[in-house]
Amino acid sequence: MSAFNAIGEDREIDRDEFTPGVEPQPTWCPGCGDFGVLKALKQALPELGLTPDEVLTVTGIGCSGKLNSYLDTYGFHTIHGRSLPVARAAKLANDGLEVIAAGGDGDGYGIGGNHFIHTARENHDMTYIVFNNEVFGLTKGQTSPTSPKGHKSKTQPHGSAKSPLRPLSTSLNAGATYVARTAAVNPNQAKEIIKEAIEHDGFAHVDFLTQCPTWNKDARQYVPYVDVQESEDYDFDVHDRREAAEMMFETESALYEGTVLTGRYYVNEDRPSYQEEKQKLGDVPDEPLAERYFDDDYEWERSYDLLERHK
Amino acid sequence: MSDDELIWRIAGGSGDGIDSTSQNFAKALMRSGLDVFTHRHYPSRIRGGHTYVEIRAADHEVQSRGDGYNFLLALGDSFARNPQEEAFYGNEEIKPLSENLDDMREGGVIVYDEGLLSEEDVAELDLEKRAEENDWHVYPLDLRSLAREHGREVMRNTAGVGATAALLEMDLEHIEDLMEDAMGGEVLEANLEILHEAYETVRDEYDFTHDLRAPSGEHEREQALLSGSNAIAYGAIDAGCRFIAGYPMTPWTDVFTILSQNFPDMGGIAEQVEDEIAAAALALGASHAGAKAMSGSSGGGFALMSEPLGLAEMTETPLVLVEAMRAGPSTGMPTKPEQGDLEHVLYTSQGDSSRVVFAPGNVAEAYDQTRMAFHVAYEYQIPVIVIYDQKLSGENTNVDVSFFDREPEPTLGSTLTEEELREAAHDASGKFQRFQHDVEDGVSPRSLPGQKDGRYLATGNEHSPVGHISEDPDNRVYQMERRLEKLEAIREELDEEHDSQQTYFGDETADFGIVTWGSSQGAVEEAVARLNEQGHSVKGVGVSDMMPFPEAEMTEFLESVDEAMIVEMNATAQFRGLMQKELGRYGEKLSSLLKYNGEPFEPAEIVEGYELNVDGADEEPTAQVRIEPAAGD
Repeated sequence: MSAFNAIGEDREIDRDEFTPGVEPQPTWCPGCGDFGVLKALKQALPELGLTPDEVLTVTGIGCSGKLNSYLDTYGFHTIHGRSLPVARAAKLANDGLEVIAAGGDGDGYGIGGNHFIHTARENHDMTYIVFNNEVFGLTKGQTSPTSPKGHKSKTQPHGSAKSPLRPLSTSLNAGATYVARTAAVNPNQAKEIIKEAIEHDGFAHVDFLTQCPTWNKDARQYVPYVDVQESEDYDFDVHDRREAAEMMFETESALYEGTVLTGRYYVNEDRPSYQEEKQKLGDVPDEPLAERYFDDDYEWERSYDLLERHK
Repeated sequence: MSDDELIWRIAGGSGDGIDSTSQNFAKALMRSGLDVFTHRHYPSRIRGGHTYVEIRAADHEVQSRGDGYNFLLALGDSFARNPQEEAFYGNEEIKPLSENLDDMREGGVIVYDEGLLSEEDVAELDLEKRAEENDWHVYPLDLRSLAREHGREVMRNTAGVGATAALLEMDLEHIEDLMEDAMGGEVLEANLEILHEAYETVRDEYDFTHDLRAPSGEHEREQALLSGSNAIAYGAIDAGCRFIAGYPMTPWTDVFTILSQNFPDMGGIAEQVEDEIAAAALALGASHAGAKAMSGSSGGGFALMSEPLGLAEMTETPLVLVEAMRAGPSTGMPTKPEQGDLEHVLYTSQGDSSRVVFAPGNVAEAYDQTRMAFHVAYEYQIPVIVIYDQKLSGENTNVDVSFFDREPEPTLGSTLTEEELREAAHDASGKFQRFQHDVEDGVSPRSLPGQKDGRYLATGNEHSPVGHISEDPDNRVYQMERRLEKLEAIREELDEEHDSQQTYFGDETADFGIVTWGSSQGAVEEAVARLNEQGHSVKGVGVSDMMPFPEAEMTEFLESVDEAMIVEMNATAQFRGLMQKELGRYGEKLSSLLKYNGEPFEPAEIVEGYELNVDGADEEPTAQVRIEPAAGD
């Protein structure tokens, strides 16, 4: 018998199960795009048949980091930029868990940039949602890695001299196998993309545009947006890396030039996840490592058996 | 100095096979019934540069490197030459001979490779004159040609071992066996030929003028030759650890490598990741999800782990880290030992933060205390650090094989099963009360993601019993006090249910005490034994518990002596500072003997430190050590 019976549990899931029953109420500002991510997840998870006990959400710091305070799953609210290394190890230790990491643009693309590149490169089987509002929110509006060039803030009073990071191209180049962008202002698309990302076997990166009504008042707040899959103006193959890259380039340029393009950009179902690669090499056990500690019959190897070479 | 022991030093260029050769020779000596202890000196580069390994072997227990040495095999540094052979890089080639003469004991034996070390160079060292003055017995031998003749030049090592065996009148049997285990085919044949040729040449053609012979001994039980890194890795395995994440950094890399090589075959997981923050965060994530996990690093890499360390404490996630010290600050001396990271490890991370820190004093303690680290981490849900150094990491000693014949301990400590979870406290919305206020020993049992009805939020923010972020003053006080309470409970368990992790030695009735910690322990033990043999009355203790500090034990020890000298390998007397902080007094009783030149203590330096401390406080020590007097002196 499994020690983790919530994993794979088959029952009717009530949407309300993902809302904490007692406290806390979200502390996000009225009109914040973060509500859009929360809503999309609350819709997507039950539709995928997942129960709150089999989902682990791992967050970083900032407004985005509070996601798992308001979403009732197993949660690990970590530290600045570190959600990914925590999340990928949890997945390695117990493959049965549905692991969703989330962070903000400062948290995920700035301080956690190194982990972002390497997690995408390794193609861990997990979902990574980045709340991208182009600004540091909880520390009161400083310039972030995705702020447009010239963005003025208290820490860059003359405007930013830096060009914004291109998150979609970055994760594609690093090796992510599902890359999409959606926006809180388009809840239906957001839900569908989140569902696809969770179902994808590999590293799914969703750049989630979340408007910041407090610190980005002058920004266009992602309206009007265009869904590239719905629009007849864009025709490209999401399975073709080169075409996806070109579309991303256009999207990432256009975000700061008047048009907000969203949609799925790259889907690669052929590349095995990191877990599968390691399994092929015999580098991870067939059964989740975490199960073993509950198995009374498991024969643990001892260092005593390794001493031959030391004699 | 008595010569009932052999201290064999093999010196050459880094990359010349010094390590593997000495490892095999140490094993051969162990198999012949002797106790051995190795000491490794190497530069921070891959090929070339002066390196040596010392093997001390005796028919009695050896706990430390010796004072100097009595047999030098100087191979020359083959990497001082480029492949065209005519070009030389500085004066590196002669260093294996020149750099080692100062430590050579009277009556010692020197074999040098006259195939590589030219006559003129050797003449410049004044070797003849010095040999006469010190009664050294010098045997030049063309090891290089001998090796070339039968195989390849790199086999000079083997020729040197053959010459050694002949000069010490050792049986070749164990050496041959070990060679047969390590290699095969033509390589083995060539090596065996070289071994015999060198052995016979020396035996038949040289007149021995020296007295030194290999000691003989016998072991009652089978022995294994292990380094501190082996012991830490094996302690982790037997504690049920099956997840390791790391980033390479000397000398921590040894533990990381050993576990990375063993885990796949044991169904464990090893991850080499992008940096040390990630490494510790991975260990944390795996532990959170229900694996026994560890990470580690050396000084600079450990600095990066300070964030995840604090997160582990706040979220009460079990975490074991090992910290392999090397000389600092910053990158310092990457391949040299020092005990300079104690304060770094004790106090890093923000807030009123606490963790458990053990500092094993030798190979056996490294095994024991790593197991204890996992026990404490998973039982009390607190980060535990095993701090050791480059010296303990790389030194090899023989240990009774039976020492390792113990049951593994693969338990997750204070973790609930789903059955237990059903009975556990939940809030009105059905969330598990993971961080209860009022629990015994401060430990509130945890659940694992994927278990039914165990949902909670682990967060680095201060939090309520179910894990909601909370700045409620009452809750803050409850949670803080509960986390701090664990340290007292751990102290109690260490005191009551386990034998003390401190190691006591010497004359119990003595009123002079020598206190040390970590890897300096062996040299202090030997020094104390020697002082007592010389008619002094001295006792010593090697302290392993850094946090929680063994306050009662140390108070008792210091109350029983008039004076105590603290021996440690750093310049700022960090452990002495810890003692005074934890005990709040005794400043007037405590002096320090410090060494921080990149070399570990030799027992004689500690003996001299004692003598100067007692009789001649005004005199300067002869070695590169510093005496820091007691407060008020």
